[in-house]
Amino acid sequence: MSAAFQKRIEVKDLRLAYDASEVIHGITFDVYQNEILAVIGPAQSGKSSMLRCLNRTIDFTASARWSGSVRVDGEDVRRSRDVFALRRKIGMVAPLPVGLPLSIYDNVAFAPRCSGLTRRGDLDPIVERCLRQAALWDEVKDRLASLGTALSGGQQQRLTIARALSHRPEILCLDEFSIAIDPVTTMRIEDVLKELRRELTIVLVTNLTQQARRLSDRTLFLWEGELVELDRTEVIFSEAARSQRTRDYVSGVFG
Amino acid sequence: MNHDGSTPDALAARPRRPAWAVQGERALEALVRLAGVSAILFVAAIFFFVLREAAPVLVKDDFSLAQFLFSTEWYPTSASHVRYGTLALTVGTLSVTALAMLIAVPFGLGAAVYLSEFCAPRLRETLKITIELLSAIPSVVWGFVGLTVMSRLIVSTTGAPVGVNVLNGGIILALMSVPVIVSIGEDALKAVPDSYREAGLALGATRWQLVYRVLLPAARNGLLAAVLLGVGRAVGETMAVLMATGHAVHIPGSLLDSVRTLTANIAAELGEAPAGSDHYRVLFLTGTLLFLITFAVNLAADFVVRGIRRR
Amino acid sequence: MALAPAPATSRFARTPHVARKERAQAVAKAIFAVMAAAMVVPLVLIVTYLVVRAWPVLGPEFILDVPRRGMTDGGIWPAFVGTLYLVGLSLLVSTPIGVLAAIYLNEYARDNWWNRVVNLAVINLAGVPSIVHALFGLGAFVYAARFGYSILSAALTLAIMTLPVIIASTREALASVPMAFREACWNVGATRWQTIRAVVLPNSVSGILTGVILQVSRAAGETAPVMFTGAVFFKAVERGRLLPYGLQDQCMALSMHLYTLATQVPNVKEALPYATAVVLLGSVLLVNATAIGVRLLLRARKRW
Repeated sequence: MSAAFQKRIEVKDLRLAYDASEVIHGITFDVYQNEILAVIGPAQSGKSSMLRCLNRTIDFTASARWSGSVRVDGEDVRRSRDVFALRRKIGMVAPLPVGLPLSIYDNVAFAPRCSGLTRRGDLDPIVERCLRQAALWDEVKDRLASLGTALSGGQQQRLTIARALSHRPEILCLDEFSIAIDPVTTMRIEDVLKELRRELTIVLVTNLTQQARRLSDRTLFLWEGELVELDRTEVIFSEAARSQRTRDYVSGVFG
Repeated sequence: MNHDGSTPDALAARPRRPAWAVQGERALEALVRLAGVSAILFVAAIFFFVLREAAPVLVKDDFSLAQFLFSTEWYPTSASHVRYGTLALTVGTLSVTALAMLIAVPFGLGAAVYLSEFCAPRLRETLKITIELLSAIPSVVWGFVGLTVMSRLIVSTTGAPVGVNVLNGGIILALMSVPVIVSIGEDALKAVPDSYREAGLALGATRWQLVYRVLLPAARNGLLAAVLLGVGRAVGETMAVLMATGHAVHIPGSLLDSVRTLTANIAAELGEAPAGSDHYRVLFLTGTLLFLITFAVNLAADFVVRGIRRR
Repeated sequence: MALAPAPATSRFARTPHVARKERAQAVAKAIFAVMAAAMVVPLVLIVTYLVVRAWPVLGPEFILDVPRRGMTDGGIWPAFVGTLYLVGLSLLVSTPIGVLAAIYLNEYARDNWWNRVVNLAVINLAGVPSIVHALFGLGAFVYAARFGYSILSAALTLAIMTLPVIIASTREALASVPMAFREACWNVGATRWQTIRAVVLPNSVSGILTGVILQVSRAAGETAPVMFTGAVFFKAVERGRLLPYGLQDQCMALSMHLYTLATQVPNVKEALPYATAVVLLGSVLLVNATAIGVRLLLRARKRW
């Protein structure tokens, strides 16, 4: 089987509950190499929670209990020997831009340093590559020592993307990345994603249906924890969509 | 070569953290966990070691726990008839604490209300710093103030024979407890959501009506916790009451009578009691009693505070 | 044609009811202000009175000189340097334990029954009366551990006493670092400790420092815990000597010295105990003011 159709992530019957209330009711889907999979759905559908199960950051929420199987490259994430390596394989971009209270350089060098790299000779090219890939290099190359938290919201979100790229992930997950940034920066980041899909597999959680339409190959519609429909994007956004709910959601009847 | 033609960087080799870093981190995390449970260890240790020194006297035939707790006759050094009754000391503690709270609670809560609701921000910062400084004054300095300043004041205004008595101790303790009540009380009032205030103002209430009709009831739990913690501080206070309340071990008849508290009694007599003697062990038993009393008060305060957090 | 004059009473007239409400409010405000003032005034009066009474003896010589003539005259040097020893040693022990314990409680502990017990233990440790700390120090360090009456026993007793507040203030400092920073670190595969070292701890230093400085003044002011574990009535020490004590020695302490002069020494020169109180109080207030200053300074330099 060619690499293009290799399964990177396999999710089978994933269920997630916070304390007594279940938020994801058994969803099953796969993510293929080099595709952009958009996950759309109204707020509180479980989209963000699902992402956090992929890289096991759900572990940090004490009230969360999940069942089912999540395999990344065939390995069950629950039995993963090195959960930190798993988190480095999967890059995660959160909704709110978060610049760490370190210098811009240290923000991007943080993950490589955690992996054991310490020499400037090793770190410098990584920092430059990631900032270039995140379309931030030109704006900050002269002030790499300045504080990451002093950047604007749009810049901090691109810094977050640079950070997410700094540990050479093979899968990139973005959780509603455009919520707190302006449309111009959003367009720039969308261009970045189009570039990155050549190397990476991208899972894009978004509440902007048009963004999903612009960027993704396949779209998954999640509604109140249920997987309503998963198909090629052009099918989801057309009359050919199997579920009436899908058609209603993408056409804005509810949202 | 990468997709875009660039040379692979150091990350491509999938570097690993050096073994010493991983082991060092594991050791550090073990240390952290140990430190975390140390608080339990120390509380248990305090109870254990104090009780350990006291225990031998509990099993002696001529010692009665009932007499220890409920008799007012404290004659530890009597040649003929030794008695260890702590009731007078307990009443001494209670009377001084009660008087202190009678003064400190209204003033403390009043000041907390002022700071939280009526005060200009600049003035509030200054007052809060003053309160912090007030709470930093060591208890022996307070005791000294009670012994000198307050004593003279009381003698000159009330004509009492001695200036070190319940009144003196009560006032000094009140001054010591007020900062605790103010700071926790102010926190409790600040924790009441602004929406309560806005709703009240929208209905035409003045600030004052807002306070006694809306805010005080809403902050009830936190204010109660503040008072309880103030009580805990007053009951546990040693040096200040040692110097300010006098030396008489009896149940006070009036505010102007000298008394002795449980805490002060230990401090006053421990130096004289030979190590290992019954007197020495009874003093440790008094310490155990004090530990249990303050433990109960703090537990109560914590339950009350937990009641707030559940809301 | 002249316009009719505006009506004498506007819509929001000051009716008697409104006037009464406003008067009640003004009275209440005044009463509360008086209550607040009732805290400031005693502080000022007390400090002033003490300084006035201490004036004849106050001066650098008073601190550097040793007690003379059976402690009825002279200075307080052995007590002053003894307090420095006790405070320094006790904080050397309690700060690392306290900071690590707070890191555990805030960063590692899950919200289960065991950790609620730990929390309760910290609160109760904070509420233990100082005389009970003294009894504990006597039973545990002086006798059981066989350190005897010494600076070591006294300092360890003080360490246990200052521990809970250091834990509490460190926890507050750690908790003030937003969760979002930790999540951002975990997302790139950092371990808990790497996150703490890179982001959480460096941004908590000011809070930790403030907490430790405040405990300096508490350790300096406590009498009972040191009185029965290592501090003594009198110890002969060279005037102005910086390191006169060894760990096994007993020492004098400022707090205990004040108690001694005020209650145990007959015919003491009148200004002496007042001056001791002023030095003790002044040192404590100075240290606290420093802590407050540090806090304000570092608050202004916030990094997010």
